Amino acid sequence: MAVAAKGLGLLGGWGDVGVVGGAAFVATMFESWLGATWQGGWITNEVVNFINTAVGAGLAIAGMGRLGQHTKYPIVTGTSVLGLRYNGGVMVAADTLCSYGSMAKYKDARRIRTVGPATLLGASGEYSDFQSIMDMLEGMEQQNANFDDGHNTDAQQTHSYLRAVMYQRRSKMNPLWNDLVVAGPNFLGLVDKIGTTYTDNFIATGFGSYLAIPILRKKWRPDMSEGEARGLLEDCLKVLFYRDCRALNRIQIAKVTEGEGAIVSEPYEIETDWSAASFATTKGGLEGDGGW
Amino acid sequence: MDAALAHSFTISPESSRLKPGELSTGTTIMAVPFEGGVVLGADSRVSTGTYIANRTSDKIAQLSEKIFCCRSGSAADTQALTDYVRFYLQQWEVETGRDATVKVAAHLMRKICYQNKDNLSAGVIVGGWDEVDGGSVYNIPLGGTMIKMNCAIGGSGSTYIYGLTDALYKPNMTKAETVAMVKKSISHAMARDGSSGGIIRTCIVEKSGVEREYIPGNQLPYGP
Repeated sequence: MAVAAKGLGLLGGWGDVGVVGGAAFVATMFESWLGATWQGGWITNEVVNFINTAVGAGLAIAGMGRLGQHTKYPIVTGTSVLGLRYNGGVMVAADTLCSYGSMAKYKDARRIRTVGPATLLGASGEYSDFQSIMDMLEGMEQQNANFDDGHNTDAQQTHSYLRAVMYQRRSKMNPLWNDLVVAGPNFLGLVDKIGTTYTDNFIATGFGSYLAIPILRKKWRPDMSEGEARGLLEDCLKVLFYRDCRALNRIQIAKVTEGEGAIVSEPYEIETDWSAASFATTKGGLEGDGGW
Repeated sequence: MDAALAHSFTISPESSRLKPGELSTGTTIMAVPFEGGVVLGADSRVSTGTYIANRTSDKIAQLSEKIFCCRSGSAADTQALTDYVRFYLQQWEVETGRDATVKVAAHLMRKICYQNKDNLSAGVIVGGWDEVDGGSVYNIPLGGTMIKMNCAIGGSGSTYIYGLTDALYKPNMTKAETVAMVKKSISHAMARDGSSGGIIRTCIVEKSGVEREYIPGNQLPYGP
Protein backbone atom coordinates (compact mmCIF):
# COMPACT_ATOMS: atom_id res chain seq x y z
CA MET A 1 0.00 0.00 0.00
CA ALA A 2 2.89 2.30 0.84
CA VAL A 3 4.44 1.60 -2.55
CA ALA A 4 1.09 2.32 -4.22
CA ALA A 5 0.86 5.58 -2.27
CA LYS A 6 4.26 6.62 -3.55
CA GLY A 7 3.13 5.79 -7.07
CA LEU A 8 0.17 8.09 -6.60
CA GLY A 9 2.44 10.89 -5.43
CA LEU A 10 1.10 10.87 -1.88
CA LEU A 11 4.49 10.03 -0.43
CA GLY A 12 7.69 11.91 -1.15
CA GLY A 13 10.38 9.30 -1.49
CA TRP A 14 11.42 5.75 -0.66
CA GLY A 15 12.35 6.81 2.85
CA ASP A 16 8.72 7.79 3.41
CA VAL A 17 7.62 4.41 2.04
CA GLY A 18 9.86 2.79 4.64
CA VAL A 19 8.38 4.90 7.43
CA VAL A 20 4.79 4.13 6.46
CA GLY A 21 5.47 0.44 5.88
CA GLY A 22 7.37 0.13 9.15
CA ALA A 23 4.65 1.91 11.12
CA ALA A 24 1.98 -0.35 9.64
CA PHE A 25 4.04 -3.45 10.46
CA VAL A 26 4.56 -2.46 14.09
CA ALA A 27 0.90 -1.54 14.46
CA THR A 28 -0.35 -4.84 13.12
CA MET A 29 2.05 -6.79 15.33
CA PHE A 30 0.80 -4.79 18.29
CA GLU A 31 -2.78 -5.55 17.29
CA SER A 32 -2.04 -9.24 17.06
CA TRP A 33 -0.59 -9.23 20.54
CA LEU A 34 -3.50 -7.16 21.84
CA GLY A 35 -6.04 -9.46 20.23
CA ALA A 36 -4.36 -12.54 21.69
CA THR A 37 -4.11 -11.16 25.21
CA TRP A 38 -6.56 -8.39 26.09
CA GLN A 39 -9.41 -8.84 23.63
CA GLY A 40 -12.70 -9.83 25.24
CA GLY A 41 -15.38 -8.06 27.21
CA TRP A 42 -15.41 -4.34 26.42
CA ILE A 43 -12.21 -4.60 24.38
CA THR A 44 -14.02 -5.85 21.29
CA ASN A 45 -12.54 -6.52 17.90
CA GLU A 46 -13.56 -3.03 16.76
CA VAL A 47 -11.71 -1.45 19.68
CA VAL A 48 -8.59 -3.44 18.89
CA ASN A 49 -8.77 -2.43 15.22
CA PHE A 50 -9.14 1.20 16.23
CA ILE A 51 -6.07 0.97 18.46
CA ASN A 52 -4.14 -0.64 15.61
CA THR A 53 -5.01 2.20 13.24
CA ALA A 54 -4.23 4.87 15.83
CA VAL A 55 -0.86 3.35 16.72
CA GLY A 56 0.03 3.00 13.03
CA ALA A 57 -0.92 6.59 12.29
CA GLY A 58 0.95 7.90 15.31
CA LEU A 59 4.13 6.06 14.41
CA ALA A 60 3.95 7.18 10.79
CA ILE A 61 3.50 10.82 11.78
CA ALA A 62 6.38 10.65 14.23
CA GLY A 63 8.56 8.89 11.67
CA MET A 64 7.76 11.43 8.97
CA GLY A 65 8.54 14.26 11.33
CA ARG A 66 12.00 12.93 12.04
CA LEU A 67 12.91 11.52 8.66
CA GLY A 68 10.99 13.78 6.28
CA GLN A 69 12.38 17.22 5.44
CA HIS A 70 10.16 20.26 5.42
CA THR A 71 11.66 23.66 4.93
CA LYS A 72 9.94 25.83 7.52
CA TYR A 73 11.92 29.04 7.22
CA PRO A 74 14.78 30.43 5.18
CA ILE A 75 18.13 31.18 6.84
CA VAL A 76 20.42 33.15 4.49
CA THR A 77 18.21 35.43 2.45
CA GLY A 78 18.33 38.00 -0.31
CA THR A 79 15.79 40.78 -0.57
CA SER A 80 14.08 42.36 -3.59
CA VAL A 81 14.85 41.70 -7.26
CA LEU A 82 13.53 44.10 -9.90
CA GLY A 83 13.08 43.62 -13.64
CA LEU A 84 11.86 45.81 -16.45
CA ARG A 85 11.56 45.78 -20.21
CA TYR A 86 12.99 48.67 -22.17
CA ASN A 87 13.43 49.58 -25.80
CA GLY A 88 15.94 46.99 -26.92
CA GLY A 89 15.89 44.40 -24.17
CA VAL A 90 15.22 43.62 -20.55
CA MET A 91 17.05 44.71 -17.38
CA VAL A 92 17.21 43.01 -13.99
CA ALA A 93 18.56 44.63 -10.82
CA ALA A 94 19.23 43.59 -7.24
CA ASP A 95 21.50 44.49 -4.35
CA THR A 96 24.42 42.29 -3.35
CA LEU A 97 23.41 41.56 0.23
CA CYS A 98 22.52 38.23 1.79
CA SER A 99 21.25 38.57 5.33
CA TYR A 100 21.55 36.01 8.12
CA GLY A 101 18.44 36.84 10.09
CA SER A 102 18.82 40.52 10.83
CA MET A 103 22.58 40.48 10.28
CA ALA A 104 24.03 41.86 7.07
CA LYS A 105 26.37 38.94 6.71
CA TYR A 106 27.39 38.60 3.05
CA LYS A 107 27.76 41.91 1.32
CA ASP A 108 29.04 40.70 -2.03
CA ALA A 109 26.51 38.00 -2.86
CA ARG A 110 25.65 37.65 -6.54
CA ARG A 111 21.90 37.25 -6.82
CA ILE A 112 21.62 37.68 -10.58
CA ARG A 113 23.22 35.09 -12.82
CA THR A 114 23.24 34.25 -16.50
CA VAL A 115 21.74 30.96 -17.64
CA GLY A 116 23.19 30.11 -21.01
CA PRO A 117 23.97 32.88 -23.46
CA ALA A 118 20.71 34.82 -23.36
CA THR A 119 18.84 34.35 -20.09
CA LEU A 120 19.11 36.09 -16.73
CA LEU A 121 17.92 34.62 -13.44
CA GLY A 122 17.57 36.79 -10.36
CA ALA A 123 16.59 35.34 -6.99
CA SER A 124 15.33 36.58 -3.67
CA GLY A 125 14.82 34.34 -0.65
CA GLU A 126 17.03 31.46 0.49
CA TYR A 127 20.42 31.71 -1.18
CA SER A 128 21.27 28.03 -0.90
CA ASP A 129 18.11 27.13 -2.80
CA PHE A 130 19.12 29.59 -5.53
CA GLN A 131 22.52 27.91 -5.75
CA SER A 132 20.80 24.55 -6.02
CA ILE A 133 18.59 25.85 -8.84
CA MET A 134 21.66 27.22 -10.64
CA ASP A 135 23.34 23.81 -10.38
CA MET A 136 20.26 22.23 -11.90
CA LEU A 137 20.13 24.74 -14.76
CA GLU A 138 23.86 24.57 -15.42
CA GLY A 139 23.51 20.80 -15.70
CA MET A 140 20.88 21.33 -18.36
CA GLU A 141 23.15 23.80 -20.16
CA GLN A 142 25.87 21.19 -20.24
CA GLN A 143 23.46 18.62 -21.68
CA ASN A 144 22.54 21.13 -24.39
CA ALA A 145 26.19 21.70 -25.18
CA ASN A 146 26.84 17.95 -25.34
CA PHE A 147 23.93 17.41 -27.67
CA ASP A 148 25.38 20.13 -29.89
CA ASP A 149 22.43 20.59 -32.20
CA GLY A 150 22.49 24.38 -32.20
CA HIS A 151 19.57 24.67 -29.77
CA ASN A 152 19.76 26.32 -26.38
CA THR A 153 17.15 26.67 -23.68
CA ASP A 154 15.69 30.15 -23.94
CA ALA A 155 14.17 32.34 -21.21
CA GLN A 156 10.59 31.30 -21.84
CA GLN A 157 11.56 27.63 -21.57
CA THR A 158 13.62 28.20 -18.44
CA HIS A 159 10.64 29.99 -16.93
CA SER A 160 8.31 27.08 -17.67
CA TYR A 161 10.80 24.55 -16.40
CA LEU A 162 11.29 26.43 -13.15
CA ARG A 163 7.54 26.66 -12.71
CA ALA A 164 7.33 22.87 -12.83
CA VAL A 165 10.21 22.47 -10.38
CA MET A 166 8.85 24.99 -7.87
CA TYR A 167 5.35 23.59 -7.99
CA GLN A 168 6.52 20.03 -7.49
CA ARG A 169 8.55 21.03 -4.43
CA ARG A 170 5.58 22.95 -3.06
CA SER A 171 3.42 19.86 -3.48
CA LYS A 172 5.85 17.86 -1.37
CA MET A 173 5.60 20.56 1.33
CA ASN A 174 9.32 21.23 0.97
CA PRO A 175 9.62 24.32 -1.21
CA LEU A 176 12.66 25.95 -2.72
CA TRP A 177 12.26 29.20 -0.82
CA ASN A 178 12.82 31.68 -3.65
CA ASP A 179 11.03 34.23 -5.76
CA LEU A 180 12.73 34.07 -9.15
CA VAL A 181 12.86 36.63 -11.94
CA VAL A 182 13.57 35.17 -15.39
CA ALA A 183 14.56 37.50 -18.23
CA GLY A 184 15.37 37.05 -21.93
CA PRO A 185 15.76 39.48 -24.82
CA ASN A 186 12.00 39.62 -25.24
CA PHE A 187 10.76 37.98 -22.07
CA LEU A 188 10.28 38.92 -18.42
CA GLY A 189 8.57 36.65 -15.94
CA LEU A 190 8.36 35.64 -12.29
CA VAL A 191 8.16 32.24 -10.59
CA ASP A 192 7.48 32.21 -6.86
CA LYS A 193 8.12 29.54 -4.26
CA ILE A 194 4.77 27.86 -4.71
CA GLY A 195 4.99 27.81 -8.49
CA THR A 196 2.87 30.85 -9.33
CA THR A 197 3.99 32.43 -12.59
CA TYR A 198 3.27 35.55 -14.55
CA THR A 199 4.92 37.76 -17.12
CA ASP A 200 4.74 41.53 -17.30
CA ASN A 201 6.56 44.65 -18.47
CA PHE A 202 8.06 45.13 -15.01
CA ILE A 203 8.44 42.77 -12.06
CA ALA A 204 9.50 43.07 -8.43
CA THR A 205 9.89 40.61 -5.57
CA GLY A 206 9.89 41.05 -1.82
CA PHE A 207 9.74 44.61 -0.55
CA GLY A 208 10.06 45.76 -4.14
CA SER A 209 6.52 44.62 -4.80
CA TYR A 210 5.30 47.17 -2.23
CA LEU A 211 7.74 50.02 -2.71
CA ALA A 212 9.10 49.73 -6.27
CA ILE A 213 6.02 48.63 -8.24
CA PRO A 214 4.13 51.90 -7.63
CA ILE A 215 7.16 53.86 -8.89
CA LEU A 216 7.52 51.57 -11.90
CA ARG A 217 3.84 51.87 -12.69
CA LYS A 218 4.13 55.61 -12.74
CA LYS A 219 7.41 56.01 -14.61
CA TRP A 220 7.63 53.06 -17.00
CA ARG A 221 7.14 53.55 -20.74
CA PRO A 222 7.53 50.94 -23.46
CA ASP A 223 10.04 53.06 -25.37
CA MET A 224 12.50 53.71 -22.52
CA SER A 225 16.14 53.90 -23.51
CA GLU A 226 18.78 51.85 -21.71
CA GLY A 227 19.95 54.87 -19.72
CA GLU A 228 16.43 55.74 -18.58
CA ALA A 229 15.75 52.13 -17.60
CA ARG A 230 18.94 51.97 -15.55
CA GLY A 231 18.10 55.30 -13.86
CA LEU A 232 14.62 54.10 -12.98
CA LEU A 233 15.92 50.85 -11.49
CA GLU A 234 18.54 52.75 -9.47
CA ASP A 235 15.85 55.07 -8.12
CA CYS A 236 13.77 52.09 -7.04
CA LEU A 237 16.75 50.41 -5.37
CA LYS A 238 17.55 53.69 -3.62
CA VAL A 239 14.06 53.81 -2.12
CA LEU A 240 14.44 50.19 -1.08
CA PHE A 241 17.73 50.99 0.63
CA TYR A 242 15.99 53.81 2.53
CA ARG A 243 13.05 51.71 3.64
CA ASP A 244 13.98 48.00 3.69
CA CYS A 245 15.95 46.80 6.71
CA ARG A 246 17.46 44.02 4.63
CA ALA A 247 18.67 46.12 1.70
CA LEU A 248 22.11 47.47 0.81
CA ASN A 249 23.28 50.35 -1.37
CA ARG A 250 25.65 48.13 -3.33
CA ILE A 251 23.84 46.86 -6.42
CA GLN A 252 24.16 44.97 -9.65
CA ILE A 253 22.27 45.70 -12.85
CA ALA A 254 22.07 43.09 -15.59
CA LYS A 255 20.70 43.37 -19.08
CA VAL A 256 19.85 40.94 -21.83
CA THR A 257 19.45 41.99 -25.44
CA GLU A 258 19.11 40.27 -28.79
CA GLY A 259 22.50 41.49 -29.98
CA GLU A 260 24.71 41.12 -26.91
CA GLY A 261 23.01 38.31 -25.00
CA ALA A 262 23.00 38.34 -21.20
CA ILE A 263 25.48 40.50 -19.26
CA VAL A 264 25.67 41.15 -15.51
CA SER A 265 27.48 44.29 -14.34
CA GLU A 266 30.04 44.37 -11.57
CA PRO A 267 28.57 45.58 -8.27
CA TYR A 268 28.70 49.31 -7.58
CA GLU A 269 27.42 51.70 -4.91
CA ILE A 270 24.48 53.96 -5.57
CA GLU A 271 24.32 57.57 -4.41
CA THR A 272 21.96 58.25 -1.55
CA ASP A 273 20.47 61.52 -0.40
CA TRP A 274 20.74 62.66 3.21
CA SER A 275 19.87 66.30 2.84
CA ALA A 276 16.32 66.24 4.24
CA ALA A 277 15.83 68.76 7.03
CA SER A 278 14.55 66.06 9.31
CA PHE A 279 18.06 64.63 9.60
CA ALA A 280 19.52 67.86 10.84
CA THR A 281 16.80 68.77 13.32
CA THR A 282 16.98 67.13 16.72
CA LYS A 283 13.73 65.99 18.26
CA GLY A 284 14.80 64.77 21.67
CA GLY A 285 14.85 68.18 23.33
CA LEU A 286 13.04 69.00 26.53
CA GLU A 287 10.32 70.90 24.72
CA GLY A 288 9.44 67.82 22.66
CA ASP A 289 7.77 64.55 23.53
CA GLY A 290 10.86 62.40 24.05
CA GLY A 291 11.87 61.98 20.47
CA TRP A 292 10.67 60.16 17.40
CA MET B 1 4.31 42.71 5.46
CA ASP B 2 6.91 40.81 3.50
CA ALA B 3 7.39 37.04 3.57
CA ALA B 4 9.10 37.97 6.81
CA LEU B 5 11.47 35.57 8.48
CA ALA B 6 9.76 33.51 11.14
CA HIS B 7 13.13 32.89 12.69
CA SER B 8 15.80 35.44 13.32
CA PHE B 9 18.98 34.44 15.03
CA THR B 10 20.39 37.75 15.98
CA ILE B 11 17.44 39.46 17.69
CA SER B 12 18.53 41.14 20.86
CA PRO B 13 16.62 40.63 24.12
CA GLU B 14 15.06 44.06 23.59
CA SER B 15 13.42 43.21 20.31
CA SER B 16 12.36 39.63 20.92
CA ARG B 17 9.64 40.74 23.34
CA LEU B 18 7.91 43.17 21.05
CA LYS B 19 4.31 42.61 20.02
CA PRO B 20 3.71 42.02 16.31
CA GLY B 21 3.66 45.34 14.46
CA GLU B 22 5.12 47.24 17.39
CA LEU B 23 7.77 49.80 16.52
CA SER B 24 11.28 48.89 17.56
CA THR B 25 14.13 51.31 17.76
CA GLY B 26 16.24 48.37 16.50
CA THR B 27 19.27 50.39 17.17
CA THR B 28 22.80 50.94 18.07
CA ILE B 29 23.37 53.28 21.00
CA MET B 30 26.51 54.21 22.84
CA ALA B 31 27.78 56.56 25.51
CA VAL B 32 31.33 57.16 26.71
CA PRO B 33 32.44 59.61 29.40
CA PHE B 34 35.65 61.62 29.04
CA GLU B 35 37.45 64.08 31.28
CA GLY B 36 34.96 66.90 31.68
CA GLY B 37 31.96 65.43 29.86
CA VAL B 38 30.23 62.66 28.02
CA VAL B 39 29.68 61.67 24.37
CA LEU B 40 26.39 59.98 23.48
CA GLY B 41 25.75 58.47 20.05
CA ALA B 42 22.94 56.66 18.24
CA ASP B 43 21.78 55.62 14.78
CA SER B 44 18.50 56.93 13.34
CA ARG B 45 16.55 53.86 12.22
CA VAL B 46 13.15 52.88 13.62
CA SER B 47 11.79 49.66 12.20
CA THR B 48 8.60 47.65 12.36
CA GLY B 49 9.48 44.16 11.25
CA THR B 50 11.73 44.74 8.26
CA TYR B 51 10.15 48.04 7.20
CA ILE B 52 11.95 51.24 8.16
CA ALA B 53 9.19 53.32 9.64
CA ASN B 54 11.41 56.30 10.34
CA ARG B 55 14.93 56.82 9.01
CA THR B 56 15.46 60.22 10.61
CA SER B 57 14.63 59.41 14.19
CA ASP B 58 16.31 61.00 17.20
CA LYS B 59 17.08 58.42 19.86
CA ILE B 60 18.96 60.75 22.17
CA ALA B 61 16.33 62.26 24.44
CA GLN B 62 16.98 65.07 26.85
CA LEU B 63 16.02 64.42 30.47
CA SER B 64 17.22 67.69 31.91
CA GLU B 65 19.57 70.46 30.88
CA LYS B 66 22.76 68.40 30.99
CA ILE B 67 21.42 64.84 31.18
CA PHE B 68 20.42 62.76 28.18
CA CYS B 69 19.40 59.20 27.55
CA CYS B 70 19.85 56.93 24.55
CA ARG B 71 16.80 54.79 23.86
CA SER B 72 16.62 51.23 22.48
CA GLY B 73 13.92 48.56 22.36
CA SER B 74 10.28 49.50 22.02
CA ALA B 75 9.90 53.08 20.76
CA ALA B 76 6.65 53.48 22.68
CA ASP B 77 8.05 52.20 25.98
CA THR B 78 11.16 54.36 25.83
CA GLN B 79 9.19 57.48 24.95
CA ALA B 80 6.91 56.88 27.92
CA LEU B 81 9.90 56.28 30.20
CA THR B 82 11.52 59.50 29.02
CA ASP B 83 8.34 61.44 29.79
CA TYR B 84 8.12 60.03 33.30
CA VAL B 85 11.78 60.58 34.17
CA ARG B 86 11.69 64.16 32.87
CA PHE B 87 8.66 64.85 35.01
CA TYR B 88 10.23 63.40 38.16
CA LEU B 89 13.52 65.18 37.51
CA GLN B 90 11.76 68.50 37.15
CA GLN B 91 10.00 67.86 40.44
CA TRP B 92 13.28 66.88 42.07
CA GLU B 93 15.00 70.05 40.87
CA VAL B 94 12.18 72.21 42.22
CA GLU B 95 12.10 70.44 45.57
CA THR B 96 15.87 70.45 46.15
CA GLY B 97 16.67 73.72 44.44
CA ARG B 98 19.63 72.08 42.67
CA ASP B 99 20.40 70.78 39.22
CA ALA B 100 19.74 67.08 38.86
CA THR B 101 22.72 64.77 38.86
CA VAL B 102 23.20 61.95 36.38
CA LYS B 103 23.10 59.48 39.25
CA VAL B 104 19.64 60.67 40.28
CA ALA B 105 18.33 60.51 36.71
CA ALA B 106 19.74 57.03 36.26
CA HIS B 107 18.25 55.84 39.54
CA LEU B 108 14.83 57.17 38.62
CA MET B 109 15.03 55.47 35.24
CA ARG B 110 16.13 52.24 36.87
CA LYS B 111 13.36 52.32 39.44
CA ILE B 112 10.65 52.59 36.79
CA CYS B 113 12.31 49.99 34.55
CA TYR B 114 12.71 47.55 37.43
CA GLN B 115 9.24 47.91 38.89
CA ASN B 116 7.64 47.47 35.47
CA LYS B 117 10.04 44.87 34.18
CA ASP B 118 7.30 42.49 33.06
CA ASN B 119 5.65 45.09 30.88
CA LEU B 120 8.57 47.01 29.41
CA SER B 121 10.90 46.32 26.51
CA ALA B 122 13.45 49.05 26.98
CA GLY B 123 17.22 49.30 27.17
CA VAL B 124 18.49 52.80 27.94
CA ILE B 125 21.83 54.44 28.51
CA VAL B 126 21.73 57.53 30.72
CA GLY B 127 24.65 59.91 30.29
CA GLY B 128 25.38 63.50 31.22
CA TRP B 129 27.45 65.96 33.15
CA ASP B 130 26.96 67.27 36.67
CA GLU B 131 28.99 69.21 39.27
CA VAL B 132 29.34 66.24 41.60
CA ASP B 133 30.66 63.45 39.37
CA GLY B 134 31.58 65.23 36.14
CA GLY B 135 30.79 63.12 33.09
CA SER B 136 29.14 59.78 33.89
CA VAL B 137 27.31 57.04 32.02
CA TYR B 138 24.88 54.43 33.36
CA ASN B 139 23.74 51.43 31.36
CA ILE B 140 20.19 50.22 32.17
CA PRO B 141 19.39 47.11 30.11
CA LEU B 142 16.20 45.02 30.10
CA GLY B 143 15.08 44.07 33.58
CA GLY B 144 16.23 47.26 35.27
CA THR B 145 19.83 46.52 36.22
CA MET B 146 21.80 49.73 36.54
CA ILE B 147 25.55 49.74 36.03
CA LYS B 148 27.91 52.71 35.89
CA MET B 149 30.31 52.18 33.00
CA ASN B 150 33.23 53.70 31.17
CA CYS B 151 31.95 52.67 27.79
CA ALA B 152 28.33 51.65 27.44
CA ILE B 153 26.83 50.16 24.29
CA GLY B 154 23.29 48.93 23.72
CA GLY B 155 20.65 47.94 21.20
CA SER B 156 20.56 45.14 18.67
CA GLY B 157 23.55 46.53 16.76
CA SER B 158 25.77 46.57 19.81
CA THR B 159 26.33 42.81 19.57
CA TYR B 160 28.48 43.40 16.49
CA ILE B 161 30.82 45.86 18.15
CA TYR B 162 31.69 44.35 21.52
CA GLY B 163 35.03 43.27 20.12
CA LEU B 164 35.66 46.58 18.41
CA THR B 165 34.85 48.72 21.46
CA ASP B 166 36.94 46.45 23.67
CA ALA B 167 39.84 47.00 21.27
CA LEU B 168 39.35 50.75 20.75
CA TYR B 169 38.62 51.87 24.31
CA LYS B 170 41.44 53.43 26.27
CA PRO B 171 41.06 55.17 29.62
CA ASN B 172 41.56 58.97 29.77
CA MET B 173 40.82 59.73 26.12
CA THR B 174 40.38 63.32 25.02
CA LYS B 175 37.05 64.69 23.82
CA ALA B 176 38.09 64.38 20.17
CA GLU B 177 39.32 60.81 20.59
CA THR B 178 36.10 59.83 22.34
CA VAL B 179 33.92 61.36 19.63
CA ALA B 180 35.92 59.58 16.92
CA MET B 181 35.63 56.27 18.77
CA VAL B 182 31.86 56.59 19.16
CA LYS B 183 31.36 57.49 15.51
CA LYS B 184 33.56 54.68 14.27
CA SER B 185 31.94 52.06 16.52
CA ILE B 186 28.40 53.00 15.58
CA SER B 187 29.33 52.97 11.87
CA HIS B 188 30.57 49.43 12.18
CA ALA B 189 27.43 48.32 13.98
CA MET B 190 25.22 49.98 11.36
CA ALA B 191 27.16 48.21 8.63
CA ARG B 192 26.21 44.79 9.99
CA ASP B 193 22.92 45.17 11.84
CA GLY B 194 19.82 45.26 9.65
CA SER B 195 17.88 47.07 12.39
CA SER B 196 20.37 49.95 12.62
CA GLY B 197 21.13 52.51 9.95
CA GLY B 198 20.56 55.98 8.60
CA ILE B 199 22.67 58.73 10.15
CA ILE B 200 24.74 58.88 13.32
CA ARG B 201 23.55 61.45 15.83
CA THR B 202 25.97 62.53 18.54
CA CYS B 203 25.51 64.63 21.62
CA ILE B 204 28.49 65.99 23.57
CA VAL B 205 27.67 67.23 27.06
CA GLU B 206 30.17 69.28 29.06
CA LYS B 207 30.18 71.93 31.76
CA SER B 208 30.11 74.62 29.08
CA GLY B 209 27.04 73.24 27.32
CA VAL B 210 25.60 70.75 24.89
CA GLU B 211 26.68 70.15 21.29
CA ARG B 212 24.53 68.09 18.95
CA GLU B 213 25.75 66.94 15.53
CA TYR B 214 25.02 64.33 12.95
CA ILE B 215 26.89 62.49 10.21
CA PRO B 216 24.90 61.88 6.97
CA GLY B 217 24.60 58.29 5.82
CA ASN B 218 27.00 58.74 2.93
CA GLN B 219 29.81 60.19 5.07
CA LEU B 220 30.08 57.53 7.72
CA PRO B 221 33.57 56.52 8.86
CA TYR B 222 32.75 52.97 7.72
CA GLY B 223 30.07 51.26 5.67
CA PRO B 224 27.18 50.94 5.15
